[in-house]
Amino acid sequence: MPDPQDFPPAAPAADPAADPVAVPATGAAPGATPGPAPDPAKSVLDIRVQQADFDPGVEIEALRGRSTGAVVSFVGIARDFSEAFPVATITLEHYPGMTERSLQAIARQALDRWNLLGLRIIHRFGDLGPGDRIVLVATASAHRDAAFDACRFVIDYLKTEAPFWKRESGSQGARWVDAKESDDTARARWL
Amino acid sequence: MPARGLRGSAKAQDRGLLIGQMDSAMELHILYFARLREALGLARETVSVPVAVTNLGQLRAWLIARGDPWAEAFARVYPVRIALDQVVGRDDTPLRAGAEVAFFPPVTGG
Repeated sequence: MPDPQDFPPAAPAADPAADPVAVPATGAAPGATPGPAPDPAKSVLDIRVQQADFDPGVEIEALRGRSTGAVVSFVGIARDFSEAFPVATITLEHYPGMTERSLQAIARQALDRWNLLGLRIIHRFGDLGPGDRIVLVATASAHRDAAFDACRFVIDYLKTEAPFWKRESGSQGARWVDAKESDDTARARWL
Repeated sequence: MPARGLRGSAKAQDRGLLIGQMDSAMELHILYFARLREALGLARETVSVPVAVTNLGQLRAWLIARGDPWAEAFARVYPVRIALDQVVGRDDTPLRAGAEVAFFPPVTGG
């Protein structure tokens, strides 16, 4: 569907008239994709694993560009309840190194499958409270179908593959969150 | 001072032994995460496994055979995923010397 010509490598948006927010050269700079050799997808891709919060508005705006017809985002938020008890703190543990590698692999699959102009994944770790942002997946494409589908694909895969573990605690107890079968089902839809 | 000298030579002896066993033992860096790390009270360890241990499933069995806390923790935390050099593997995934092997429960991020 989307014209292949509608797939510029985004970074060389050298047109001075171009909207400055759309130039991911800046967005890809600090603390961006870790890992080995630079690859052509790098300007499209921005993956961050961090303790700090993020600003969804800034991330979504950064994906806006002259050929971008659609930006879709998912923000995962820490809840104040679980099946067991009221939750005061969610602690996210992860496997540094494998986390980045696994997010890269998921992103690469999404880029292979859909014509994306931009893909951002931010996942936090450490102690979070109710209402805090945990994860952002944002996709940009020429047409909405690719952006919607790729966004859903990335979060479904992230949930079942990226090495993060949640521990919930509150005044009534603490427990490690169990993996959900529904998450495996959600992922299986893409196979 | 003399104590340090003694300890140094003991270490050197150990190293000699290890070198002698090079083809019969393999060193691996093991990591544990989340519920499993907590059950073990251990986040990481370096082990030297016998030559009979050639894949991820055999490694898990060997760790458990050492007794507690591994036997108890692996019995309590199930299922457990295994990653070899940061890529999820299976029981029949072959090991290689110096590898990083991580054991962890199914992931729950996002």
